[in-house]
Amino acid sequence: MSSILPLKHPPGTLAATPGALPQGWSAARLRRRLAERAIETLLMLAALVSVFTTAAIVAILVWESVVFFRTVPLLDFLTDTQWTPLFDDAHFGIIALLSGTLTTTIVALLVAVPLGTILAIYLSEFAPFRVREVAKPFLELLGGIPTIVYGYFALLFVTPVLQKIYPELPGFNMLSAGLVMGIMIIPYVSSLSEDAMRAVPMHMREASYAMGATRLQTAVFVVTPAALSGLASSYILGISRAVGETMVVAIAAGMQPNFSFNPTEPAATITAYIVQVALGDLPHGSIGYQTIFAAGLTLLLITLVFNIIGHFLRKRFREAY
Amino acid sequence: MIPTSIGASSSESGVAEMRRLISRHKTWDWLFGLLGTLALLFATVVFAALFGQMLVNGAPHLSWEFFTSFPSRRAASAGILSAWVGTILVMLVTAIVAVPLGIGAGIYLEEYARKNLLTDIIEINVTNLAGVPSIIYGLLALGLFVYQFGLGQSIAAAGLTLALLILPVVIVATREAIRTIPQNIREGAYACGSSKWQVVSHHIIPYSLPGIMTGVIIGLARAIGETAPIITIGALTFIAFLPPSPFSNPEQLISFEWLLAPFTVMPIQMFNWISRPEEAFQANAAAAGLVLLLMTLSMNALAIWIRYHFRKRIKW
Repeated sequence: MSSILPLKHPPGTLAATPGALPQGWSAARLRRRLAERAIETLLMLAALVSVFTTAAIVAILVWESVVFFRTVPLLDFLTDTQWTPLFDDAHFGIIALLSGTLTTTIVALLVAVPLGTILAIYLSEFAPFRVREVAKPFLELLGGIPTIVYGYFALLFVTPVLQKIYPELPGFNMLSAGLVMGIMIIPYVSSLSEDAMRAVPMHMREASYAMGATRLQTAVFVVTPAALSGLASSYILGISRAVGETMVVAIAAGMQPNFSFNPTEPAATITAYIVQVALGDLPHGSIGYQTIFAAGLTLLLITLVFNIIGHFLRKRFREAY
Repeated sequence: MIPTSIGASSSESGVAEMRRLISRHKTWDWLFGLLGTLALLFATVVFAALFGQMLVNGAPHLSWEFFTSFPSRRAASAGILSAWVGTILVMLVTAIVAVPLGIGAGIYLEEYARKNLLTDIIEINVTNLAGVPSIIYGLLALGLFVYQFGLGQSIAAAGLTLALLILPVVIVATREAIRTIPQNIREGAYACGSSKWQVVSHHIIPYSLPGIMTGVIIGLARAIGETAPIITIGALTFIAFLPPSPFSNPEQLISFEWLLAPFTVMPIQMFNWISRPEEAFQANAAAAGLVLLLMTLSMNALAIWIRYHFRKRIKW
């Protein structure tokens, strides 16, 4: 925000009262004024595109879902444990997809939270300047790898390795997808956590050192608690990422809906189901077409809740100092 | 971990105990340093494994033919011509839409917007859109671009979808770049009689360009690798032809027929090959993945380089 401007309306721009033009203005000056206004309006429209996008997402998902829920009762949708919308004996139990989503997300978090936090503490409090200068861009690069490549890696590298340890593991399983998803969101968690730790003012560390604390004690008992809301927000946003992740689970966990919380089984997540349906040929307006919007709306609501919580937590650590 | 109380006696044993305590704590410190290094090492090993596997399986496949032939039923003769041409065309549409919109929105929010409800709504929206899963954008595109606007499963639909997807990235990068410009630059320009737009176009945009470029490149690198929204649009996975050339029609100087042509892109081609059971196709997938990986990594590296390079150079 440019609220630091002491001059509310610098010379040459219109005051907040349009239409009130001083007397005796030349035509050229008037044209310039109008041009300035036109530019501002154009820029505002560009900024409004994001609002239109959100509105369009909500409108389309809700619109198609309303049609869907006319044929499928909401109670069935939330309580049935089978998801077979394209069979003759159609069942629409979103739980069968939610279980897969939840399981892969938990496996991913078991990887990303500890490793991401250790990396954040290490980079923010321990690492020599040189190491940090190299490690940060490197982690950023890891975050830039396309998810389809991670999916390939999960199916054709991680799964075979896991099968060597545990031979009964099927070719498609939630464990491998979850592990790779976890690796994928490490950079995300660690960079947000590190930002939160760097926001902790230096004098708190100095006070801790003055009391005779070591680096690790300072990091664990002073910096981490102070940055707690920031760390929490990084985990929450990590969850949101894991829930919305598509290609890794679609490739490595299979696309068969399966009401199970056992990571060694194959299962479909909400996102994998959408991919599976989109790969087939779906007539516009069929019940199958509507299911992906109902599934998408469920996904949007879940991620929205996490994003709001995460956003709120982030705000807290920003305002704390 | 927590320091035990130390006797206040300054006897020999007290000093020795204190020394032991200190050395124990130093050991802990050292151990955590090791743990952090191991975590970094783990990330490096994973990256090496991922890259190595792609390289081993894919590199033998990379040949001139691989880039210049269409996908085929026979793995050995299948190539990625339609995929990389499609990717470039889709990226072109994405960039043309996302860059002006993103920069414009960023400038508006930083330089023009007053503190009011509308501005707050826009800000909340940008933050939120950054957290919306990419497949949701695919559903938006399916409902809006493919059916409502009647674009069909075309290059234009895909380009628009990815443009909306990376818009938050470009907006945030633009705003961050503009925020680093000191206020006295603006005041100096106003003092010379500049209008607001002159300040923005002569000073704000040029000085924030490196930062904006970084955001645009990172955004495009993300868009290149995005698979889910394109699948959701229903883009065909087997395309053995190229879109019509913009110079194919002698009647017009440049035709825009290609915008509505069916297409495939690199990640879709790779996904198509991964889903096939034959080993030979998985080697193709590795080769396509390698090309994709090199594309995105080099773009990200370029962005990081620009950022560091200009950060060093700027002296206000």
